[in-house]
Amino acid sequence: MMHRIDQRFVELRREGRKALCVYLCVGDPSLEASGFLALEAIDAGADILELGVPFSDPTADGPTLARAAQRAIAAGATLERVLEVAARVRARSEAPLVLFTYYNPVFVAGEAKVARLAREAGVDALLVVDLPPEEAGPLRACAAAEGLGVVPLVSPTSHAARIEAIRRASTPLDGAPRAFVYSISMTGVTGASPSDLAAAARDAEGMRRSFDRPVLVGFGIDGGASARLAAGQASGGADGVVVGTALARRIEQAASGDEQRRAVCSFVGELRRALDEPA
Amino acid sequence: MTAAGYFGPFGGRFVAETLVPALEELDHARQELLPSPAFQAELHELLRSYVGRPTPLTEAKRLARRIDPDGGAIAELLLKREDLCHTGAHKINNALGQLLLAKAMGKTRIIAETGAGQHGVATATAAALLGLPCEVYQGALDMERQAPNVARMRLLGARVVPVESGSRTLKDAMNEALRDWVTNVRTTYYCVGSAAGPHPYPTLVAELQRIIGDEARAACATRGALPDAVIACVGGGSNAIGIFKAFEGDAGVSLYGVEAAGHGLDTDRHAATLSRGRVGVLHGAKTYVLCDEAGQVEEAHSVSAGLDYPGVGPEHARLRDTGRATYVSATDEEALAAAREVARSEGIVVALETAHAFAAIGAIARREAEARGRPSRILVCLSGRGDKDLDTITAYVGGK
Repeated sequence: MMHRIDQRFVELRREGRKALCVYLCVGDPSLEASGFLALEAIDAGADILELGVPFSDPTADGPTLARAAQRAIAAGATLERVLEVAARVRARSEAPLVLFTYYNPVFVAGEAKVARLAREAGVDALLVVDLPPEEAGPLRACAAAEGLGVVPLVSPTSHAARIEAIRRASTPLDGAPRAFVYSISMTGVTGASPSDLAAAARDAEGMRRSFDRPVLVGFGIDGGASARLAAGQASGGADGVVVGTALARRIEQAASGDEQRRAVCSFVGELRRALDEPA
Repeated sequence: MTAAGYFGPFGGRFVAETLVPALEELDHARQELLPSPAFQAELHELLRSYVGRPTPLTEAKRLARRIDPDGGAIAELLLKREDLCHTGAHKINNALGQLLLAKAMGKTRIIAETGAGQHGVATATAAALLGLPCEVYQGALDMERQAPNVARMRLLGARVVPVESGSRTLKDAMNEALRDWVTNVRTTYYCVGSAAGPHPYPTLVAELQRIIGDEARAACATRGALPDAVIACVGGGSNAIGIFKAFEGDAGVSLYGVEAAGHGLDTDRHAATLSRGRVGVLHGAKTYVLCDEAGQVEEAHSVSAGLDYPGVGPEHARLRDTGRATYVSATDEEALAAAREVARSEGIVVALETAHAFAAIGAIARREAEARGRPSRILVCLSGRGDKDLDTITAYVGGK
């Protein structure tokens, strides 16, 4: 049987559509609210959810997501509680779920335990932002044993030999889904303004050929227009986009829980419509 | 793939993918450029004519007597005088070496993080000397408690960037420097201040700081004997690893690192990572970290801004676990008292970091003397001078 996350990419390809992956920092504003916001995002057209584990020292994140992480930690979010939220989302939806985290919470809890809990919660893949493939062997083995993927990241600084090394080190293990490759659109932290999303889309196309896997472009996508640019043409470019900071900013600025839900619904809807517009 | 840069199970390279090629490039420069005769000649000429190396050993006779009034534990107390380096601390060895490397690599902009400001001053100094623009990230709290060093960095032409996030100390300054580096990695060189961070920094910094130990070992040998014990303070641990390196192979020499116990090891206000931390991953390396069971990094505390760090260099983690080095701790109070003691008995105002090493001499000397059945010879790394800490020290000492 095909893994849930791979199945989704097959469906998207068949429909000729780009994937919309939405990142939520779980626990911001509260663990309970995050569950509702995740379902709201799926209803509004998100294909894949990245559920973020907040970390005290998020060196790859800009100020917006760093603030979201601080609020989430203050609200009691831990890796295990994020997985409880994932389980609640899974009970209501078949959308692929990716657990996004820094490495320390995974390492301290134990990789085998995290992989097991993630599988039990219905998570499909893990994305560890500060775990290059050279260091990811133990986690990949534990994840594969539970039928989970580990998403590799590629950056604009990844030269050809490096991309080949990443490809070799991240070839899906037996039992793991193929999942996707995360292509970072720029050198920078999350939420900065990207220099050239059209170039990022072209790079993603090359990456898909190298990896023979779907490629999502993330970082610096703040609305429908930039989502379309980053995704590229209907037939080429990337297989989809990841949006995080722009959504976190709307959640931060909303005055009430209702407003947060409306903000998620309308912003994810805007991204969905932009991606589905004919080229 | 096997990962490079491990000390036993510690070390490695846990960073965002964007930084991996830059770390590979730096490691290549470390292996190719750093050992080349031309590079070494340039570095050593600067260390001689600009930094003032070699720094001497000072025998601290009055201090030895005050610590050990009946003469039963200390035969000889030697101080390795890194406070006599230009800019007043061992940090200049590392900053000059790294910035020469950065220049040879064609980097056009320097960034650094700093706690007490000594690494910031050293980096700003080397950047001025080599004509490179420099920005230094410093926690806003540390900027308040280290005002003289902020002024020095600015005078040297560096931009000091206040970091308001988290505990507003060294850890947060390092986070912010890493964010800058991820953004500007193609042009910018990140000069890490301690033997911490992702590979190759722990190795590179240790290579640049081992001159402390090499000089001390040679000077001890001309005095007729190696020390029984070598003592150094440990925050990230660069002065300690620098002096330990030269004695690691001498089985008869005990190595002691002294961490900051802040308000006490049994409180939650300390920076004693090796004594009270757990194995985790922080700032790119697997090492001992002060973090909770959910993996969130805890705020460290020390009266010394330079030791106020919840991680530690990964090589120290190995030295701890293999038992080759012993790690003890000294509280804020003990360090402040030691600073006063060294000033009164030797006429040297030491940095508060260094004061932690001095605070541990008595206990270590007694332990060594008992084990050896004779008074012991002690070598202490006097890592830096205390001008920057004068306000803190005098506020404590007052009229005492």
